[in-house]
Amino acid sequence: MWSMTLKRLMFAIPSLIGVVIITFLLTRALPGDPAAYFAGPAATQEAISQVRAKLGLDKSLLVQFTRYVGDLARGDLGNSLTTGQPVVTEIRNRLPASAELTLLGLIVSVLIAVPLGILAATKPDSLIDHACRLVTTAGVSLPVFFTGLILVYVFYYLLGWAPAPLGRLDIFFSTPPQITGFYLIDSLLTGKFDLFRAALSQLLLPALTLAIFSLAPIARMTRASMLAVLASDFVRTARASGLTPFTVIVTYAFRNAMLPVITTLGMVFSFLLGANVLVEKVFAWPGIGSYAVEALLASDFAPVQGFVLTMAVLYVALNLIIDILYGLIDPRVRIEA
Amino acid sequence: MVAIPLLDIQNLTVEFATRRGIVRAVEHINITLAKGETLGIVGESGSGKSVTSYAVMRILDRAGRIAEGSVHFTGLDVRNAPEDAMRDLRGREMSMIFQNPRAALNPIRKVGRQIEDVLLQHVQAAPNEVTEKAIEILDRVRIARPRERYHAYPFELSGGMCQRVVIALALACRPRLLIADEPTTGLDVTTQKAVMDLMVDLTRANDMATILITHDLGLAAAYCERVVVMEKGRVVETASSEKIFKSPSHAYTRKLMRATPRPGASLRGLLPEDMSEAAEKTVKASPKPNGKTKSSDKTKAPLLMVDKLLKEYPRQGLQSSLAKLFGPRPAPKPEVFRAVDGISFTVDRGESVGLVGESGCGKSTTSMMLMRLIDKTDGTIMFDGEDIGAIPAKKFARLPLRRRIQMVFQDPTDSLNPRFTAARAIADPILRLGDPEDGMPVRARCEELARQVGLPLDLLGRFPHQLSGGQKARVGIARAIALKPDLIVLDEPTAALDVSVQAVVLNLLQDLKESLGMSYLFVSHDLNVVRLLCDRVIVMRAGKIVEQGPTGRVLGAPEADYTRDLLAAIPHPPV
Amino acid sequence: MRGKAKAMPAPAVMAETPPRRPLAGLAAMLRHGRYVISENPVTGFAFGLFVLIVIAALFGPYLVPHDPLASDTAAALKPPSLKHWFGTDQLGRDVFSRVVVATRLDFFIAIASVALVFLMGGLAGVAAGFFGGWTDRIVGRIADTIMAFPLFVLAMGIVAALGNTVQNIVIATAIVNFPLYARVARAEANVRREAGFVQAARLSGNSEVRILLAHILPNILPIMIVQMSLTMGYAILNAAGLSFIGLGVRPPTAEWGIMVAEGSAFMVSGEWWIAFFPGAALMIAVFCFNLLGDGLRDIFDPQRRT
Repeated sequence: MWSMTLKRLMFAIPSLIGVVIITFLLTRALPGDPAAYFAGPAATQEAISQVRAKLGLDKSLLVQFTRYVGDLARGDLGNSLTTGQPVVTEIRNRLPASAELTLLGLIVSVLIAVPLGILAATKPDSLIDHACRLVTTAGVSLPVFFTGLILVYVFYYLLGWAPAPLGRLDIFFSTPPQITGFYLIDSLLTGKFDLFRAALSQLLLPALTLAIFSLAPIARMTRASMLAVLASDFVRTARASGLTPFTVIVTYAFRNAMLPVITTLGMVFSFLLGANVLVEKVFAWPGIGSYAVEALLASDFAPVQGFVLTMAVLYVALNLIIDILYGLIDPRVRIEA
Repeated sequence: MVAIPLLDIQNLTVEFATRRGIVRAVEHINITLAKGETLGIVGESGSGKSVTSYAVMRILDRAGRIAEGSVHFTGLDVRNAPEDAMRDLRGREMSMIFQNPRAALNPIRKVGRQIEDVLLQHVQAAPNEVTEKAIEILDRVRIARPRERYHAYPFELSGGMCQRVVIALALACRPRLLIADEPTTGLDVTTQKAVMDLMVDLTRANDMATILITHDLGLAAAYCERVVVMEKGRVVETASSEKIFKSPSHAYTRKLMRATPRPGASLRGLLPEDMSEAAEKTVKASPKPNGKTKSSDKTKAPLLMVDKLLKEYPRQGLQSSLAKLFGPRPAPKPEVFRAVDGISFTVDRGESVGLVGESGCGKSTTSMMLMRLIDKTDGTIMFDGEDIGAIPAKKFARLPLRRRIQMVFQDPTDSLNPRFTAARAIADPILRLGDPEDGMPVRARCEELARQVGLPLDLLGRFPHQLSGGQKARVGIARAIALKPDLIVLDEPTAALDVSVQAVVLNLLQDLKESLGMSYLFVSHDLNVVRLLCDRVIVMRAGKIVEQGPTGRVLGAPEADYTRDLLAAIPHPPV
Repeated sequence: MRGKAKAMPAPAVMAETPPRRPLAGLAAMLRHGRYVISENPVTGFAFGLFVLIVIAALFGPYLVPHDPLASDTAAALKPPSLKHWFGTDQLGRDVFSRVVVATRLDFFIAIASVALVFLMGGLAGVAAGFFGGWTDRIVGRIADTIMAFPLFVLAMGIVAALGNTVQNIVIATAIVNFPLYARVARAEANVRREAGFVQAARLSGNSEVRILLAHILPNILPIMIVQMSLTMGYAILNAAGLSFIGLGVRPPTAEWGIMVAEGSAFMVSGEWWIAFFPGAALMIAVFCFNLLGDGLRDIFDPQRRT
């Protein structure tokens, strides 16, 4: 088990190196001259080149890259040109907002999609199967920002059930003390239940938007892999041995069917992290996605670089967890490692 | 009839709902089985033999249903019994063994736990002693070190070992009826014998009745008291094994019997009576000028001379390189695996040589090297005086020599491009390497080849999926002889075909060899087939040649123990 | 020597009496297509929608009742009516005309990016799967590095880096889809690499490149086309998402993503039509491509052609 985890960790290293190189190259190619931006609109050519030298932008790409890697190693992602704050601090402050939203979305989605897919596979051509098929085909066609807006219109404007889509917390509440950074957990830990309700009511619509978005691929994969497993030889053997349908479906079919679903989860998470950016814009969510969008439009390269890097590192880490999870279920992966 | 039979199938009809409407897989069949009796159900693919067994267990898939008739097991009405009662029956009173044992086991559950699942389900053991009981059962199916193997996953076991676990699973509760559906298909002959013997010993010791479902008449006759022959969903004959072999009454049984390769049979004798006579006449009528002259040319050097041929493969590339990077000490295992270990043999002009051995013995690797599809590690391959082994495989494809060595592949479906019509497939070598018949249009040449291999001309425009297995085999053969090669390597050319089709294809191959004067290297695992077609036999094991010599001598009076084992493992019907 | 001399005139011989009739094959495929559509009305419906989208993309600007760019502040924020079927936006522009005219741009982005990645990813993947070795390692490493990013985030980064233009949206969408195509093509080529018919082609004297182009590629093409149809929807969503956050297309250009972004502020005050109709158009287009992909799979599957 340990050797497998170690091996997976080693495989993650080349990915991380690739990520660092690409983020570096991407941000060096950004349009607009950061030096000119930093020096201000009235600066002379001379002042601009002074700033450029100060930022190290006049050096060769290789020197800049070495310096960039050195900064990274010290946890320095540079300063935002627009706010003047260190990027690391801002990302650290905003990351919990994004993480809370994405994780809740994913949990809701898995809780609905997996049982739906299993039921659809065990009862082909039933009502639930048709419902599953509708969800999967319609779900992948919905633009995530469009779903969000429709939910806002229906639940905020028409029904008035949801609060205005303006961030993590109504302005009348003060933020809970920072423990994990997740408002739901922090408010519970400190026993502030009205705060919990307020945070949850803000979180519900954006999380639901993300859940609807990721429902389709998970349900589709669960249904397909469950169908394949149910038709396999070893399930036939289990049936011919007189095992109960419960044992057959749970012990024999389900665990095998989960393997491709876990792989799909990695893909879904990639989509979710992207969709997160759009949802944060729709709901004015103060996460790292909206931070990056603002910086992007202002040609402010340090935050964009920090954002892309953070997302990629998160994603690599997540894939690592998925691989290990896979190994826990599948002995073939575990033992051959 | 005083005693109630253990199993009584009356007038059974099974239907399947398909895209093209309702299909009857089994029609009005009657089969009875007494307590402790062994019965074989024999038929070619599509005869409905497996569907019958699924109906008995009532595990037909969703599209299938028992439309008519009845199945009674110890007096219980299987067709109308509640699902609970059936579930209680399955695994405890009647069990089933499937083909492809590896797929029949849950890949991510320890084999011991899978046996426990069955024991616990049918309350055969208390939870605190179930592990001991499972280990005891593993021991009973003669699995060495059962306590260790209890913790093994199916992928860690060999095919034969997996089949033993499947048998353990089926016999765990000592059922009264065991249905074995092609239990040894895909296993090597020696493994097949071990598995069959084990099954017979265990069922006999516990007085269980057995139904053996197989396409192999010889296997059924060797292990069963009675045999039921099925064709296209109907039972055509039921009789004792001896009677089936000595005096089969139904025409289909006779045809099947004749087509099964066995000691004492001739190649012509495999064909149905009418076809056999016709073939005899044509052979006698044609003086086969080519074959005569070439095979009598014994003074010349052999066509193919293989000397100390060696092929090594690196072991587990990634792991060893990672070990090299991160491990301080060198890997203890040898870095290479020898698939072919210094073999030498010859093939004369007009001769056909059989290359036999069990899976993994290196016979396929050898044929790939001779075909110049992969490069050798060491040794020489002399073809007609030229060292073709020295020419890299990548270059060989465009040399004129390429035309003189061709191949017929094992799987006729896999070896045809799904997007090429039959004509296009046959024409491919002609278009690439040129037709030896000067000036003949490609289309006419294709038609001539089709006539030679007995492929109806109107099938030339069809795609592979529109052809039957036998027709696809003919296309593959036509393509191989299109350039009039001197040597053809036949890689298990009939392994994927039903016996009656196999009989026809083997005869076709023999006729072509005689009329075109080619040499064959016939790669096979089936000694009975090799016996019919080959002048000489080479027996391989673990990359080495164990024995070689004239067919009659090697198969009649083998010198090597391994050859004797192989021969002994072939099921012998009671004749 | 003789063999070589014979090999040369072979193509001429083939031209004289071709053993294969492409027209007959095409007719058979059309027949099969009609059968699939009649068997599965959903595919027929999707095909109808597709034709509608193509018409809107080709002739949209000539068909619409209003100028999509003409603003009329007097008629701003009017709900759907007989005059303005989809209502008007904050500048009084006709939403219906803008939605129809935008089809061309969105369709172009999708087609262009998918065609680009089809060429790049498909060829790279097939070569990687067939040749193995270094080709495989390089293509695999590139794909892995792209896959290490959340795809939309990477697309954002690429557009930001290359410049805020439609052309760069096409390129970014193609790049982030590269691993999907390369992997499918690689896997398909890899399983066929040692297939019997490929070995047989080697024995028939085909060169490796010829085997790749004449034997393997035609067998993979249908799978790639289905993949293309399925990712077309994703390409549209990706491009619309980028313009929704303000990248690529600039106002006042009519494009679905940016129109939804412009209308999003009015959703909370009840003017739903500004964002709803372009969003719905987007959804229907993606839905259509997904259904079409499933349908194409049935049509191209030779096993189901009779």
